[in-house]
Amino acid sequence: MKSHAPVIELNVASVRKAFPVLDQTVNGHPLVYFDNAATTQKPTAVIQALVSYYSGYNANIHRGVHALAEKATRAFEDTREAARQFLNAPEKEEIIFVRGVTDAINLVAASYGKSTLRNGDEIILSALEHHSNIVPWQLAAEATGASIRVIPVGDSGELDMTAYEDILGPRTRIVAVNHASNSLGTVNPIASIIKKAHAVGAKVLIDGAQAAAHLDIDVQKLDCDFYCISGHKMYGPTGAGVLYGKRELLENMPPYQGGGEMIKEVAFEKTTFNDLPYKFEAGTPNIADVVALKAAFAFINSLGKENIRTHENDLLEYADEKLLTVKGVRLVGTAANKVSVQSFLVDGMHHFDVGQLLDARGIAVRTGHHCTQPLMDRYGIEGTVRASFAVYNTRAEIDQMVEAINRVSSLRR
Amino acid sequence: MTIEQTQHAIIDEFKLLEGDREMSVMYLMDLGEKLPALPGSLKIEENIVKGCQSKVWLVADLKKDHVYFSADSNTAITKGLVSLLIRIFNGNLPEEIVGSELFFMKQIGMDRFIGTQRSNGFASMIQRMKQHARKFQTSQGVKA
Repeated sequence: MKSHAPVIELNVASVRKAFPVLDQTVNGHPLVYFDNAATTQKPTAVIQALVSYYSGYNANIHRGVHALAEKATRAFEDTREAARQFLNAPEKEEIIFVRGVTDAINLVAASYGKSTLRNGDEIILSALEHHSNIVPWQLAAEATGASIRVIPVGDSGELDMTAYEDILGPRTRIVAVNHASNSLGTVNPIASIIKKAHAVGAKVLIDGAQAAAHLDIDVQKLDCDFYCISGHKMYGPTGAGVLYGKRELLENMPPYQGGGEMIKEVAFEKTTFNDLPYKFEAGTPNIADVVALKAAFAFINSLGKENIRTHENDLLEYADEKLLTVKGVRLVGTAANKVSVQSFLVDGMHHFDVGQLLDARGIAVRTGHHCTQPLMDRYGIEGTVRASFAVYNTRAEIDQMVEAINRVSSLRR
Repeated sequence: MTIEQTQHAIIDEFKLLEGDREMSVMYLMDLGEKLPALPGSLKIEENIVKGCQSKVWLVADLKKDHVYFSADSNTAITKGLVSLLIRIFNGNLPEEIVGSELFFMKQIGMDRFIGTQRSNGFASMIQRMKQHARKFQTSQGVKA
């Protein structure tokens, strides 16, 4: 049995106090929130940032000359700088605000994809991808005559890197993979994926939705061409995310949407587009949520990614060990390097039923295919029960879940 | 038993569970297990009830003017839910089913323990059952 070193860096009890939503009972039991891969809860600082914006300086940004517009613009652009630092991007102009990762991938697939792909070109995805990193590429492929190739995944949930090298070739234009899998938690070897793609002249987009709250991200060290994150999966508000793109690529990409803000001059004969990043931010952006996103970056930075990771790894190891003591439980996704996501199945029970019974005990998990149907097909299953942990979760909560599963599985036999 | 009487019987049974969510869900699962499985030959696309998150197959027969449903599902809770409807509707005349009003869900507080998605799916099952009954009604009318 592995030993679990106590986490001394993080005071989880005080971290929990920053999340007002956690302090409640659900169906007569203390809430156990294990659906963090879907969306995390928000700390008071983020909630307060939203309230402050709306009650203190709500105004449309840029172009305004009055004081509130000035203040709102500054706050909005401060988040851009915070995002740049968070991803270690070279320049602020390479940070585009989007609604989230889905929006970001659609932007890149529609703009970069459709303008550069040609008939016979190839896009490489992985078997671990979320539908959000599949469907936009299918649309781009359909429009251009490009085709999609898939890196297969092994039984434990790790990508087959030999197969990846085999499918990489002179027709590969784009490789789009996630940093970490939402269904299985697998952390993919993206540094190596990027290097190999660049060797054949392909560009790489990394879906960082499941990485942002857990892993260090350094887009310069990775040398990735595009990297996207969703604010709401990293303690920030919904509807605010970030697309990082290398300047040279963004400069040459056609605008994705037309409207206000993204233009320099409009005449009916011809419109000149604005500079980066505004070229890709048409219309009034989601100002409040972008402003509050800065507080989420600050929250993560204040705890430290390494401390977060140590705590979450401890939770994941503890959960796996405890889950395996339950008769009839099978873990799905057992890669060596994972973020704190554990999918599992209970023998003889449908995952929906397990989820419903856990809910009756106040435990929030996700059930289903997690928007990764091709991956579920790969394992010959319809879906899983997925518990995903965040920095505020505890071993005691895992005990509560495992006890409930034990009860459920023993009663069902 | 009439449709109304069966509903009252179900309400009384659920009263014994005193609104405990876990017990209610477990009870539904037990009911589901008692429902005979449909043969694989009937688990086909055209028998699937649309609007359910889980897979639900439903078939209807008319025997001596009375309607008999059989159903199956891939999840135990949903099987339990559809078994309640089968118990309520089976052996009744098509017009009784078409004209029936179902009140037991509200009385047992079902949407609280099965959630909105399943409640919507449940509504789809009822709709589909009534559609079957309506079809039988029409075909009977044609015969007469």
